Amino acid sequence: MNAKRADKLATGILYFVAGLVVLILVALLGYILVQGVPEISWHFLTSPALAFEAGGGIGIQLFNSFYLLFLALLISLPISLGAGIYLNEYAPQNTLTGLVRTTIEILSSLPSVVVGLFGYLFFVVQFKLGFSILSGAFALTVFNLPILTRSIEEALANIDDNQREAGYALGLSRWETVTKIVVPAALPSIITGVVLSAGRIFGEAAALIYTAGQSAPALNFSDWNPFNISSPLSPMRPAETLAVHIWKINSEGIMPDAKAVSAGASAVLIIAVLLFNFLARWLGKRLYKHLTAE
Amino acid sequence: MADNTSMTTDQRNIMKFDPKAHEIALSTEDLHVFYGKSEAISEGDLQFERYKISALIGPSGSGKSTYLRSLNRMNDRIATVNGKIMYRGLDINSNDIDVYEMRRHIGMVFQRPNPFAKSIYENIAFALRQRGMNNKQELDEIVERSLRQAAMWDQVKDDLNKSALALSGGQQQRLCIARAIAIKPDILLLDEPASALDPVSTSQIEDTLLELKQNYTIIIVTHNMQQASRISDYTAFFNLGKVLEYAETGDIFTNPKVDLTNDYISGNFG
Amino acid sequence: MDKIRASLLKKSVATKIERRGKILSLSCLALIIVVVFLIFYFVASRGLATFFENHINLWQFLSGTQWNPGTTGTNGQPAVGALPMIVGSFLITILSALIATPFAIGTAVFMTEISPKRGAQILRPVTELLVGIPSVVYGFIGLQVVVPFVRNTFGGSGYGILSGTFVLFVMILPTVTSMSADALNAVPRYYREASLALGATRWQTIYKVVLRAAIPGMLTAIVFGMARAFGEALAVQMVIGNATLLPQNLVSPASTLTSILTMGIGNTVMGSLQNNALWSLAMILLLMSLVFNLVIRYIGRKGKLNNER
Ligand SMILES: Nc1ncnc2c1ncn2[C@@H]1O[C@H](COP(=O)(O)OP(=O)(O)OP(=O)(O)O)[C@@H](O)[C@H]1O
Ligand SMILES: [Mg+2]
Repeated sequence: MNAKRADKLATGILYFVAGLVVLILVALLGYILVQGVPEISWHFLTSPALAFEAGGGIGIQLFNSFYLLFLALLISLPISLGAGIYLNEYAPQNTLTGLVRTTIEILSSLPSVVVGLFGYLFFVVQFKLGFSILSGAFALTVFNLPILTRSIEEALANIDDNQREAGYALGLSRWETVTKIVVPAALPSIITGVVLSAGRIFGEAAALIYTAGQSAPALNFSDWNPFNISSPLSPMRPAETLAVHIWKINSEGIMPDAKAVSAGASAVLIIAVLLFNFLARWLGKRLYKHLTAE
Repeated sequence: MADNTSMTTDQRNIMKFDPKAHEIALSTEDLHVFYGKSEAISEGDLQFERYKISALIGPSGSGKSTYLRSLNRMNDRIATVNGKIMYRGLDINSNDIDVYEMRRHIGMVFQRPNPFAKSIYENIAFALRQRGMNNKQELDEIVERSLRQAAMWDQVKDDLNKSALALSGGQQQRLCIARAIAIKPDILLLDEPASALDPVSTSQIEDTLLELKQNYTIIIVTHNMQQASRISDYTAFFNLGKVLEYAETGDIFTNPKVDLTNDYISGNFG
Repeated sequence: MDKIRASLLKKSVATKIERRGKILSLSCLALIIVVVFLIFYFVASRGLATFFENHINLWQFLSGTQWNPGTTGTNGQPAVGALPMIVGSFLITILSALIATPFAIGTAVFMTEISPKRGAQILRPVTELLVGIPSVVYGFIGLQVVVPFVRNTFGGSGYGILSGTFVLFVMILPTVTSMSADALNAVPRYYREASLALGATRWQTIYKVVLRAAIPGMLTAIVFGMARAFGEALAVQMVIGNATLLPQNLVSPASTLTSILTMGIGNTVMGSLQNNALWSLAMILLLMSLVFNLVIRYIGRKGKLNNER
């Protein structure tokens, strides 16, 4: 039968294509892990990078990545929460709201280089923040706002209206109802969204090369006064992150063990992203359970 | 001028209270409710006596929920409500009324139990704390009293920190009643509070309501005719967005004046 | 005398909280909108300076093939021809989407129609995970694996459009696959049941019914992938060679809008023609991202109309 044979053939081809894709993806993951994991050691994770000799680590870059992530979330979370609340709870269903949603969508689809370049013009040059943690954190905030706003709005929309009515019927304002009842009930999915966006921020480089800069000056890890420029907490120091570091050493090519360092750093990035993913799922489930029954 | 006697299809019999003999807690005048352009309530002028239970009955879609939800302005954002809702000499359907404050005095319990995703204790204490009551002892007392009034204290007194979502449907609904009365409203509106519950839970809730009647004015929507006759003092019959009959419950069930009411309560409606 | 009555006529705490909260949340939203406008304003004000201050002819900019702003080209005009980068960007975008599409759709069909169990258990989580892999990692692997492979196979340096295409193909594959799978999953069950009940084979059902119904969703997935490829900077920059020459073949060094931007912005002086010209490239990126957005919207609207019919 013709149709039967076509069916068999197509199924075979599909198996082949899917197999190939799995192969590519697994090879990709495998390559990074096989090349990179052996490079990872305590020394690698904690010591500063060396520009012209082999044996440097990624300590400062790793710290910078986490610090920037933390600051970016610190700034973008409240803004996104507010915007998400307004969009889901207050915004009337009209053309203007539609336009606002479109605008946010446009922001989320902007290439991250463009966000980085804007950050350069606006924060680095206009506001004279220079290549600094602060400029980087703001750029990442711009990058993160639309994604987080969307995911928070969705999380809120999934909460049954009867929760809101319960609040109103007790004489609570809409704001109180949303912030104290709806948001806590939506917390599991909000947290999942936040952690997933954290994974994206952590690996972002293009938005950072012209905002947080491409250099990682030595840090004095015994000085935690944010006003000292060599303090790890100083928001005004340039701060190359892990992802930027990988790009940088590969395009400059002066570091003798650039390949080994990039492999190790890539593996660390991937593992971090994996962890963020698992953490997101696990936390979401955990919190959900906690909310629904103890 | 319309002559009522000639309009047999539009028979109506609406009781008005003598203000000297009865204290009126809430009343509506010339109430019209629209969803967009369609009018869901076109005749709905009722008076509710203080410390009595008034039942709203009628076929599905007749506008009972719409009417009830208009009373504490839960419909503000969903529907257009025209007319007056009189409470303590004020028209609470006007713009100068603080809606949130008003709802503290006219509380509501819904058809589907809707406890917050919080602990049993928090479900009750939350709204109080939100209004600035932070005294732990005082809160404890109110939580206990409310749960007792809702006849569920003995069942949950050891599990106050458990999630309210872990309770059974009937318990959840009683928790919602406890939550509503914890803020000491004047009037309690209930929209088919027992329709999702089993007979035992239903009769417990009915007992609770009869108990609460001493301190609260209760208006309840119900589909269950027995329930209306068991617990209510007055009954209003809704049909197609109009109140057709409002009288003492005994009269409505034994001697309805309007043909449609008779058809409805005797079960051969339509 | 009546305390309740009086309280109804006053502004309650809740009302005050409500006002504040509403204003607060509206400001958050407004801030985001302002940021979007700022981005457009800042990039456009720099990018347009090339044409209004440096008086570069727009057509020359779009069609010129020599890129060395600040110097004069062989034709005696300033050498600000962006065509090599424009062609480079479009070429790698289209090529990588062309390669990724059959793989992505094949895998998505496999995941949803042929072996939903394995799809749900292995393929789906893996693809979703890979969506989150940072692009520098793709660039690094491209540099370590793809470039040497191209060099050994086709000669030359290995840097060029082909390497860029490979890297982007792998990079957008997970995105396009998982979005296509979503589109296929959204096709109602009974479509398949009806077709199978009529005696169609599984493949006929997939081909004639399921894929057809999922076309808008899959198109969206592909355009989404293209937008990502077009805007990708670092991964491409690492493997394309960054020569501002009109690509003659796929294996000689070339460049894209993003790659030249990332290379150049730090090395030029603000306000100079060299710098302004780069911002003009950024403006093209911005506009293209708008175009992709419009296309996705258009597809979405059409898909909705078709489904309603
Ligand atoms: N949110 C709404 N939007 C538009 N129309 C509505 C809405 N809610 C109710 N209606 C319409 O208003 C009319 C009255 O509905 P309502 O819910 O008040 O009836 P009900 O008497 O409570 O019915 P039931 O016994 O089924 O609860 C119905 O025709 C219904 O379709
Ligand atoms: Mg109803």
